[in-house]
Amino acid sequence: MEQPGLIPHLFRTEFRKIIAVLCKAFGIAHMEVAEDIAAETFLSAMEIWPYKGVPENPTAWLYLVAKNKAKNYFQRNKLFAEKIAVQLRNRTSGIEVPEIDLSEENITDSQLQMIFAICHPCISEEAQIGLALRILCGFGITEIANAFLTNKEIINKRLFRAKEKLREEKVEITFPPETEIPKRLDSVLTTLYLLFNEGYYSESQDAVLREDLCLEAMRLTYLLIGNAATNTPEVKALLALMCFHASRFEARRNENGEIILYQDQDESLWNETLIARGAWFLHEASGGEKKLSRYHLEATIAYWNTQKQDTPEKWESILQLYNRLLQISYSPVAALNRTYALSKANGKEAAIAEAEKLQLTDNHYYFVLLGELYTGINSTLAVAHLQKALLLAKTETDKRTIRQKLDLLTY
Amino acid sequence: MEEFMLIFRHEDGNKVASPEQIQVWMKQTMDWIGGIAAQNKFVEGNGLPFADSRVVHHNNVVTNGPFGEIKETIGGYIIVKAASIEEAVEFAKGSPVLQGDGNTVEVRKVERH
Repeated sequence: MEQPGLIPHLFRTEFRKIIAVLCKAFGIAHMEVAEDIAAETFLSAMEIWPYKGVPENPTAWLYLVAKNKAKNYFQRNKLFAEKIAVQLRNRTSGIEVPEIDLSEENITDSQLQMIFAICHPCISEEAQIGLALRILCGFGITEIANAFLTNKEIINKRLFRAKEKLREEKVEITFPPETEIPKRLDSVLTTLYLLFNEGYYSESQDAVLREDLCLEAMRLTYLLIGNAATNTPEVKALLALMCFHASRFEARRNENGEIILYQDQDESLWNETLIARGAWFLHEASGGEKKLSRYHLEATIAYWNTQKQDTPEKWESILQLYNRLLQISYSPVAALNRTYALSKANGKEAAIAEAEKLQLTDNHYYFVLLGELYTGINSTLAVAHLQKALLLAKTETDKRTIRQKLDLLTY
Repeated sequence: MEEFMLIFRHEDGNKVASPEQIQVWMKQTMDWIGGIAAQNKFVEGNGLPFADSRVVHHNNVVTNGPFGEIKETIGGYIIVKAASIEEAVEFAKGSPVLQGDGNTVEVRKVERH
């Protein structure tokens, strides 16, 4: 085909739109039907397009096929006619086939309502994230398994149980009542945050950047901002964080798609508009009496990272932000970044002492950090740590970066 | 993993430090706590300001502060996760509070029910 990336791209962007609209139309009890119809729609595309060519407007084609499949499903499936259509008839006063409205407006509404339905407190956060990846992001089960660092069977079981639970609890695909919003929003934000990171860091696949995914996470976050009830300081801080990270899209990859590390990036490629937008949202997010959220702290760190110049003020600020971040939300990545900031603010010797305590010995970044800290202090140890990192690294990109560091030390 | 409370006792809570000293001490404290948090061993912590404090005595007699009457005052606490009292003691040894002569860090196991 002329455009080899077209179907995967469309799958990412359209699968989740179609499935959200179908779920909304069918109700949460029939998420699997919605999933099946969405999947069959793409199967049809893969069967037909290679022979007849890609249609002029592939998205419209997909929507039309999805609508027809849904209609056929209503008309033909006996089980459906008996069980769901009865309920639907009651709800929609006599209309037999629900309107499958794939307008931009209904897609966004359905997606927003769907994300709140999926992030319902009756299922675990882990299951919420899994379902969100499947339904809102169109992830394959293998990709979700990779994101969770587990296997397909476990994910299948987890998603199945989560759907079962949503069905049992008769969760509605609607916007939650105002009193429930703060609690529900917490898990929505976690999901959006992870969704962005999945695209930005993308460890599961060797594709360095899944911009689509990041933009989709930003779009969903922006949708929350567009709604008065969900336009909270945390949401704005999260969007600020995403803007700052996204500003480096262009600079993060070379022409071969290989990742360029922060310190080697050409900052003239950083997107000034996104940086300015991030700064604006961060400003909007501050000033409330509420405690600073992890998103405020991370966004402020990301802001400092848009200042490429090394100043004592920059690294001291970043160190203190990580100190606070780790107290409210520990992660190995934050622990490693904090130690790097410590080396910049308090010197390598102090950072080595702290790094040795972390003992994140199954994490290749841990050994990359130790290698970096020992560089210029003890070359033998620096090389030994980088070699350990090389053994642990999973992606080609990471291995290449580590080899480059080793070459510099041992040429 | 057990939880231990590290209680900071100051010999003289009224001792006045210069703004520069306070700045240095604050950074040291934040870096120390950050280092514990970076090991995922931090649970919670709080400073206990001396200003506007009261002591309630037998027969509900209320006096200002703990100053004057008690030699040591409690300046704050943190709760850490540790496998043993020995590990908790190692954390305590890094506390900048101990730079003050006569200050102590008391390490106590927290019973969670």
